[in-house]
Order: sequence, then C-alpha cells, then structure tokens
Amino acid sequence: MAEEGENENMEIKLETAPHDPRFQTTNQAKHCWSRYIEYHACVKQKGEEDSECQKFKRWYKSLCPNEWLENWDEQRANGTFPGPV
Amino acid sequence: MIRNDAPVRWGLGFQDPATPVMEGIVNLHHEIMYVMIGVLCMVIYILMRIIYNYDYRRNREVRKEKRGALIEAIWTLTPTVILIIIAVPSYALLYAMEEEVSPGVTVKIIGHQWYWSYEYSDYGEEGISYDSYMIGEEELEEGDLRMLEVDNRMVLPIKTHIRLLLTSTDVIHSWAVPSLGVKCDTVPGRLSQVGVYIKREGVYYGQCSELCGMNHAYMPIVVEGVKVEGYKEWIKSKI
Repeated sequence: MAEEGENENMEIKLETAPHDPRFQTTNQAKHCWSRYIEYHACVKQKGEEDSECQKFKRWYKSLCPNEWLENWDEQRANGTFPGPV
Repeated sequence: MIRNDAPVRWGLGFQDPATPVMEGIVNLHHEIMYVMIGVLCMVIYILMRIIYNYDYRRNREVRKEKRGALIEAIWTLTPTVILIIIAVPSYALLYAMEEEVSPGVTVKIIGHQWYWSYEYSDYGEEGISYDSYMIGEEELEEGDLRMLEVDNRMVLPIKTHIRLLLTSTDVIHSWAVPSLGVKCDTVPGRLSQVGVYIKREGVYYGQCSELCGMNHAYMPIVVEGVKVEGYKEWIKSKI
C-alpha cells in the first residue's frame, strides 16, 4: 500500500478489457489466456514498450486471476509453458 | 432500523432488488405466481366437483365412455398454453441477463476454503487485491449482523457496468448476493463471467451458496455500492 497522500492527484479512469465477441461463453478462461498469449506474441514482435502490447498487458491483467498469471510466468521462466509463446 | 438488503427473521419474500436483473427476477416470480394461483384454483375447483358429484351415494349410474376427444384436447392444450405464457417472460429475462455490455470495471472474485478474495487489476501496476474474512461473534459491534459481517468489504461503483469474474482455488464455492440477483458457482480452473449494474447505493449481504466444506457457513459476502467518485477515492486509498 502506498504512503498516504501519494495518490491524491492520480486520475482513476473506469476502463477495463472490453467485451470480445470471440468469447461469448460464461467461461472467460480462454479470454484471459488469449490476452496473455497475445501480449507475449506482441512483445516478441514489437518489444515491451509498444503501446499496443501495453494494452494487451492491461487487459490480461484485468481478466486473469493473479494466481494463474504467477503460474504462467513461472512456467515461462522454466521453459515449461504449454502455450505457443 | 429496517434492512432490506440483508436476510431478516422470517423473511419469506425477496430482499429489495438493487439491479435490473433482480427486478426482473422479482417480476418474473410475481407473474408466474399469478398463473400458478389460477392453476391451483382451477384444480381445486375441478377436484371438489369430482369428489362431490361422483359420490356413489349421489350418483349410482356407471359411465361406460372410454374416449372423449374434446376433453383430451382441452387437458392437453390448456397446460401447453399456460406453459407458453410462462415461457415467454422467462426466456426474455434469461437472455436479458446474459446481455453482453462492454464493462467499465472488472473485478475478480476468488473463492477459498473458507474466505473470499477480491482482485481489482484495472488500476496501477500491481492493482488491488485483498481477502475478506467473516467477523467473529466476539468482535461484532452494535448493529452488525451476526455471521454476515466481513473485515474487508467488496466495493463497487453504482450506475456502472461491472464485470465480475469468478473462480476458485480449491473446491466449488458459490458467490451469491440476493439483492444484486447474482448467484454464480466459482469453479477451479474456470473463470465465470457475470455482469452487474447496481442502481443505488447500499450495503448488500450474501453468503457462499455451494457446500464447500467445514466452514461453508462462515464465509459471507458484503458488497458496498458507492457513487463513482467514492469508488475512485477508495481505489486511490488502496492502490
């Protein structure tokens, strides 16, 4: 948690990952997974600083449970990630 | 004090709805109840007439009819029509509930044995995540609801489309808040999506609704619906 007063001037925008017509089902696990993959594919192509990639990063963070992300990051570090990137 | 967004003693009706979905559920219940009372009256009337008129003391004539096309048509078509009358608003509500709207806020709800945790990852690098445990009986303050109060409430903005994403880390739980019209199982490995649009400020109470083990009864849910400005302030204070 931040020091008191540090975030006083920070602008909070109500923005999140938009509805994606590819993922119509109640189960959004694949939505989260795809955004994670899309981000890493994007980084491979354009580099981490690219605004497009940052967008995917915000979206997958919004959608995926932190525990899942920790697992996947760990698997990527160990080279055991089952995805295409 | 009257609480309309929390369970009450002998509360046989609904809690006050706070979302269009819950309003729809309450209306559908009333519509179906109207039809059901009509059916009940009709069945009782017919049953009473049969009992009265076909008493052997009153009616010794033996009826020989084996077929009656008209009566068969009536007792087939009438229930069909009644079911269609019920099905129309029922489907309308079902599809309205699943209406996909691009949301302004995403909150992840994770069920654990035996507490809930909430993750708000739209903001900042780390986002916000915290656990929400029930407050034990000895720590309750005056006016608190026994077995329903939690240490860290979930805070949601009103008049905003909210996406709830629910999952679990161990067994199946169910995140249910009657006033919001939400009851959604949280299944490990699955990420269930529910849309919520809260119309008014309030504190909404709910409980885990899927038997999840020893302390299933001790993992309540408290949602605080606040104005958007208040929500932003809360985010700032937490981030």
